[in-house]
Amino acid sequence: MQELAEISGEKINDCYQCGKCTAACPVNPFMDILPHQVLRLLQLGQVEQVLQSKTIWVCATCFTCAGRCPRDVDLSVVMEALRAILLRQRGGSRLKGEDMPCLIRKGMPEQGIVSGFRKYTK
Amino acid sequence: MRRIGVFICWCGTNIAATVDIETVIKEAREMPGVVYAGDNKYMCSETGQTQIKGTIVQQKLDRVVIASCSPRMHELTFRKTAAAAGLNPYLVEIANVREHCSWVHKDKDAATVKAVALIRTAVAKAALDTGLEPQEFVVTRRALVIGGGIAGIQAALDIAEAGYAVDLVERTPSIGGRMAQLDKTFPTLDCSACILTPKMVDAAAHPNINLLTYSEVEEVEGYVGNFEVTIRQKARSVDAAKCTGCGLCFEKCPSKVKSEFDEGLALRKAIYVPFPQAVPNIPVIDRDHCRWFSKKKCGVCKKVCPASAVDFEQSDVLIKQKYGAIVVATGFDLIGFEIFGEFGYGKHPDIITSMEFERLVNASGPGGGKLLKPSNQQPPKNVVFVHCVGSRDKSRGKPYCSKICCMYTAKHAVLLKEKHPEAQAYVFYIDVRTAGKDFEEFHRRAVEEYAAVYLRGLVGKVFPSGDKLLVNGVDTLSNQAVEIEADLVVLAAALTPRHDAEGLARMLGIGSDAHNFFVEAHPKLRPVESHTAGLFLAGTCQGPRDIPETVAQAGAAAAKAIALLNKETLLSDPCVSAVDESLCTGCLACLKVCPYKAISDKPLTEKVHGRQRRRLVAEVNKALCQGCGACSAACRPGAMNLLGFSNEQLLAEVDAICL
Amino acid sequence: MSVAAKTQDFEPLIVAFCCNWCSYAGADLAGTGRMSYPANIRVIRVPCSSRVSPNFILRAFQRGADGVVVAGCHPGDCHYVSGNYHARRRFSMLRRFLEFVGIEAERLEVHWISASEGSRFAQVMQDITDKIRVLGPNRKLRDSR
Repeated sequence: MQELAEISGEKINDCYQCGKCTAACPVNPFMDILPHQVLRLLQLGQVEQVLQSKTIWVCATCFTCAGRCPRDVDLSVVMEALRAILLRQRGGSRLKGEDMPCLIRKGMPEQGIVSGFRKYTK
Repeated sequence: MRRIGVFICWCGTNIAATVDIETVIKEAREMPGVVYAGDNKYMCSETGQTQIKGTIVQQKLDRVVIASCSPRMHELTFRKTAAAAGLNPYLVEIANVREHCSWVHKDKDAATVKAVALIRTAVAKAALDTGLEPQEFVVTRRALVIGGGIAGIQAALDIAEAGYAVDLVERTPSIGGRMAQLDKTFPTLDCSACILTPKMVDAAAHPNINLLTYSEVEEVEGYVGNFEVTIRQKARSVDAAKCTGCGLCFEKCPSKVKSEFDEGLALRKAIYVPFPQAVPNIPVIDRDHCRWFSKKKCGVCKKVCPASAVDFEQSDVLIKQKYGAIVVATGFDLIGFEIFGEFGYGKHPDIITSMEFERLVNASGPGGGKLLKPSNQQPPKNVVFVHCVGSRDKSRGKPYCSKICCMYTAKHAVLLKEKHPEAQAYVFYIDVRTAGKDFEEFHRRAVEEYAAVYLRGLVGKVFPSGDKLLVNGVDTLSNQAVEIEADLVVLAAALTPRHDAEGLARMLGIGSDAHNFFVEAHPKLRPVESHTAGLFLAGTCQGPRDIPETVAQAGAAAAKAIALLNKETLLSDPCVSAVDESLCTGCLACLKVCPYKAISDKPLTEKVHGRQRRRLVAEVNKALCQGCGACSAACRPGAMNLLGFSNEQLLAEVDAICL
Repeated sequence: MSVAAKTQDFEPLIVAFCCNWCSYAGADLAGTGRMSYPANIRVIRVPCSSRVSPNFILRAFQRGADGVVVAGCHPGDCHYVSGNYHARRRFSMLRRFLEFVGIEAERLEVHWISASEGSRFAQVMQDITDKIRVLGPNRKLRDSR
């Protein structure tokens, strides 16, 4: 929990479960735990359940939840922090640039390259 | 040598637990001028006050220092005590050893040292205290009520009933305010207009009430008991004395404008009364939209008026009037929706605010209360209501709860079913708050009898799709994303103060909070008084509330105003500025900083070396001065001094506190 | 004694001029809410922040205060309409004057604390105490006593 708070800098307890994040989420049909549930489980300290969910990998980091949240909780940052926790636990990446020629090409935004590496490292 | 008495209060354990009273007494006895130091468990109690009075007499005390709670709490109490023992009440000083010491420090030694320092400071100030005499001034026995909604009407009626003259100022052409726009009221479902219009008529007919509609307060000067207010009565372009209210003029008027009263859902004419039951029933020409005023053409209304009441030459009238008390009841606006793009308000006619819903369902509203979709005038089938649009939203909206939305949305769900039994209400909510008499029962009826589907969660997006609206929401109780094909979406918008409330607060000199709601003098014990004496608050200008609360508050504000007007004279605070004319150089730097225009220049003739000499000095109007002391700090030669907070006293305090 | 230890021992004296309507009430609220702050803070009540003459502040430094706070209503909320604006201008000038005579301008702070901001009052007082602790005692203006 503490690691999560440190990485994300978000105040999980500010969430009052209005569900606006879920309502706004464009990819919620593909999630096993809905965005507002992620925050609820975190409030209850059930980090493991969240870490094992599909949801955190389904999240497209589109920031819609963050933009709509009436409580200033940036769920997309929390999601990213959760992914970071898992990745750090797994240790260094074996993925090399040559493995993903489709990503390393002109015109691809840097942000896209980074998130592509992150996703495929899983 | 002074004879100062120091009285130290234990306040039960509030002070005594953190401050060592015995040490404090011992130290106090050593302070210059102190001839007595004693303590009491509760200084403000009957026995405590008796002890103070007795000691003043026995010890022949000429100054008193009380070490107790904040002077904001009991300064007045102890001043009265001293006065009862024959001491001028302004020879009493308070050392705040509770709020500023025992309650905020845990270390007993440090707190005791600080308490001694605070008492030493109060003793130093008391030694330089002078007895002050308040001045008496006459109260103008007339009240002003700003805002002609239910709060203003009620306050005006109550004050008028007590026998005092009241001017009721309303910005729009008619009194009635928000309540006149509503259809039914929760939780009884009685008709809003049916209970309000008799009150409007009463207010207009009352011999003590003078209605000033289509008027705005422009300037406020003066002080409690003697406010001087300038009111601009805007040109109606219709002679109120001649008009019979027949309505021919607005029947024939060719210019059409969106009706403010109908929340823009219907059209009114350029000459209009805002609604059929308007009081006074006298039309107004909206000069911005009238063809006569824009193009010097038309003039139909003037031609058809059988009473020749239409008067294009009329101009604004400035009314200057004195008042003893002012009740502020300016009401609310709804939050703007520009920032809440996800709801698509303004992009589709079937996405409406709750206020627009009130007009659609109201028999006097557009469509005669049939409640049809604004887009195609068809009855709606699925209606989605969304709570907390802008309320409880600290990132884009307002962090507070708007209080009435839960209940009026339940009412809307009921009214919908009454109009269209086949329709279905879906209500998205975060919490349903039904704290009020019969509120919970009403909400349950909406769910049980009227089958409104309550979904716990909010709406993420509304998409227009064909002639329907796709609503993406969530039900967090079943943990499902919900999609509803709606015909009408009703947004329960946050209540905010009037958009120009900030300016009014500044004009009146009353405080307002971060959201521009006017602030009451004490949240618990002085809920209808503002921080400025003689100014009282009623209704939603002070915070979101429902009709019965507004009426109760208006009555309370009226009672406070009546109590004030009931007095023939008031005593002024004697802590005002005074000029030492021998030091004054007449630079008048003081005049420039005075916010009350209480300082003027005065020629002074004096003899210097046998010769007559004239020079200017500053003069303070004691009735206007409020005792802020800005002039004393601005004064270069040190001629201006604030009684009760004099330069000498404050310097003595600094010296004592630094010892 | 090391420098660090000296700062540890040093208990600054901080005088706070609080306007009656906002900041003094805010301090009262801090008390009612039992929000503790260092006992180094000592409050003098003034009707308005505009009542505070630069004289009082210089006198405080002369008499050995290590820091001075002037606290008033938020700009626009002054009980006396415009007093805090005068205070704001006056003390931004005074801070430059302090610097000119060689005393750290940080020893004088001006804050806006409303009657409802008890926790803010406590926080501001904690912060300035910490700051002055680091600055060390005021030696420049203090009377040689």
